[in-house]
Amino acid sequence: MFDMLILILDSTVRLSTPLLLACLAGLYSERSGVFDIGLEGKMLGAAFAAGAVAALAGSAWAGLAAGIAASIALALLHGFASITHRGNQIVSGVAINFLAIGLTALLGQAWFQQGGQTPRLPQEARFTDITWPFADSLRDVPVIGGLYSELFSGHNLLVYVAFLSVPLTWWVLYRTRFGLRLRAVGENPAAVDTAGISVTWLRYRAVICTGILCGVAGAYLSTAQSAGFIKDMTAGRGFIALAALIFAKWRPVPAMFACLLFGFLDALAIRLQGQPLPVIGQVPVQVFQALPYILTVVLLAGFIGRAVPPKAGGVAYVKERT
Amino acid sequence: MTPAIELKKIDKSFGAVHANKAIDLTVAKGSIHGIVGENGAGKSTLMSILYGFYQADEGEILVDGKRVDIPDSKTAIAHGIGMVHQHFMLVENFTVLENVVLGAEGGGLLGRGVAKARAELKRLADDYDLRVDPDALIEDLPVGLQQRVEILKALFRGADILILDEPTGVLTPAEADHLFRILRVLRDEGKTVLLITHKLREIMAVTDTVSIMRRGEMVATRKTAETSMTELAELMVGRRVLLRVDKAPREPGRTVMSVRDLTVRDSRGVDVVKNVSFDLREGEIVGIAGVSGNGQSQLIETLAGIRHAVAGRIEVNGTAVDPTRRDIDPSRIRALSVAHVPEDRHRMGLVTRFFEYENAILGYHRDPAYGKGAFLDIKAIRDAARGEIEKYDIRPPNCLLKTANFSGGNQQKIVLAREIERDPAVLLVGQPTRGVDIGAIEFIHRRLVELRDAGKAILLISVELDEIRSLADRVLVMFDGALVGERPPETDEGELGLMMAGVNREAAE
Repeated sequence: MFDMLILILDSTVRLSTPLLLACLAGLYSERSGVFDIGLEGKMLGAAFAAGAVAALAGSAWAGLAAGIAASIALALLHGFASITHRGNQIVSGVAINFLAIGLTALLGQAWFQQGGQTPRLPQEARFTDITWPFADSLRDVPVIGGLYSELFSGHNLLVYVAFLSVPLTWWVLYRTRFGLRLRAVGENPAAVDTAGISVTWLRYRAVICTGILCGVAGAYLSTAQSAGFIKDMTAGRGFIALAALIFAKWRPVPAMFACLLFGFLDALAIRLQGQPLPVIGQVPVQVFQALPYILTVVLLAGFIGRAVPPKAGGVAYVKERT
Repeated sequence: MTPAIELKKIDKSFGAVHANKAIDLTVAKGSIHGIVGENGAGKSTLMSILYGFYQADEGEILVDGKRVDIPDSKTAIAHGIGMVHQHFMLVENFTVLENVVLGAEGGGLLGRGVAKARAELKRLADDYDLRVDPDALIEDLPVGLQQRVEILKALFRGADILILDEPTGVLTPAEADHLFRILRVLRDEGKTVLLITHKLREIMAVTDTVSIMRRGEMVATRKTAETSMTELAELMVGRRVLLRVDKAPREPGRTVMSVRDLTVRDSRGVDVVKNVSFDLREGEIVGIAGVSGNGQSQLIETLAGIRHAVAGRIEVNGTAVDPTRRDIDPSRIRALSVAHVPEDRHRMGLVTRFFEYENAILGYHRDPAYGKGAFLDIKAIRDAARGEIEKYDIRPPNCLLKTANFSGGNQQKIVLAREIERDPAVLLVGQPTRGVDIGAIEFIHRRLVELRDAGKAILLISVELDEIRSLADRVLVMFDGALVGERPPETDEGELGLMMAGVNREAAE
């Protein structure tokens, strides 16, 4: 039973990682007042770029860099449309999602002729699991050994990056000048403007942060979790991350727990597939697969208390003509 | 002595609107200099140019005798110019301290800079009597204190010249007095204060010099001691204006609206109107005085049928209305001959993207005079609208214009005309002259008094104490949702002010 729990928690961590990265990515953008429903598209674009470049260069690091670059490019596009040209942020986000779906499939087929997939990556072109010291020798120590060697040790680098991003984001947000201004511009951009700070540049920096983290999330999917890019491999994770962000009320630490919860449900669904449950008996797989989404709807329907979004979110800043 | 600020031939246009025409202005160091003018006279634009929010098309700015370019707020701050905006530029869910340091954090990490700011804030608080808890959240502070935070922000950045844009609009009389004391202290410490306002009384009370703007031009500058309110009003409007409303005493008639034990709860579950009872009689204006946010808005909205009460009774012309019933709505109330001029004409009174004639029948569109069944008689509507335009001197006199293209005063006249011309027995009026210039104020006040003289009952809600005192026959004071007393309109302003602030004089003595 305990081993089973450890296994589920272990896959919870793996499944939460891309959600967490995307969720924190969204946090930067939305806290600055730029709504971003294009997390999904940026992640997908990054996954493709990372998979393709890692395959061609034979290096996971090159893949990661390409993933981040692709994601930043899409983020800047969103910024250009919604910050510089004050376009509708939702429309721009949707456009980026479509752009990423179409472009990755098209380029994938044109470059690799494998039905939209990138070539399968060899081990050395992937982020592989890192085993912590003494993990093997401690394996048999009861409880702690299992936790240490299975849950904490034995993940790839990007998993640790994701979880370290949580305290880092907290620190940036609440302990640095950039964070103070970022939070301010999402609440009242006029206050930031009259304080002599450029609203545009500040928001651009925020969407670049979003681009970086979404890039890591995408690279994780294609070069760490899987060995290559598969068409539409993000499978709605960008939207789940967005739900987690709202669930967490745009705060980094709750964001981590929200993502872990969604990851846990996902892990549970995989684990319980085809297994009869006590009392209820056989449950169709689809019920478990639907669980995270049902939970999202239930939570967002108001079980989390009032989630107050950044006040200036979704609104382009225009100097008032008084 | 070199003046603190000199503006030479400042010119600024927004498209076809010529907001500032070759403005010259000299502000002496260590003085309080007032700038008055009607809405749209170009005061705010001029100050925004000085603060770097807009760039002038032509002209030069001299600060301390040196010619400067002010392309953005940052440069303005660097030249020692600070601004307290009419709408506060504060982040509501930040603390006072966070708001003060925003943009002047003193380094990439907050730790040390913020600690320094805390000490500096304490020094400023002591020097200028500007006490605010640095760790309080802005949203928990009353507006008077929020404004103090704005002043602190400017001083923290080392401002020597402080611009205040309509600073007393949101303050109680007592808070305004405190603000004036602070301004005098600042002046005595050598700061220069520029005060923009359209309230002449403030100019007389606190400034040393006053400049008057009219339609984008600087028409005159006077020593405050050598001018009078009458002269200033004349300069502002360009003709003689009556500051006092002429009103003959009149014996009120029978009661047309009576309100008993009215209690209204808002969406947060807080009682915002508590046990309010009063009568409204024919031929009288009853004024409700109070600092904005003490339940007046909810009261008038409930009486107009927009909100529902949780308890209470209303009787109009002998017909009982249960204000707690869900099926009460504005059209039913209107059918009882109660008209409503809402406080916020943009939010409730008008659809600014509609044509003038469409707004002229808003809410009365089912009147058989304007059409049959589902069809509107556009010609009849336009004719009626044209009649109102002429009678109320609405400018420009064109009912085919979008309502957004009319000035605040003319928009207000559109609403007023619509409501008054239906010949109601009761008129509920909220903030009839908010954002309206002096000429139109005079017109609106006269019209309301005429209506009273014709035997109508008027309930007037206004945050302008002057307005209440000059129009009302009886003044009810509202504080924290309850009516805390009734006074005749001649009552001393200080006493009313105290009541509005929740201090009961009799209880205090």
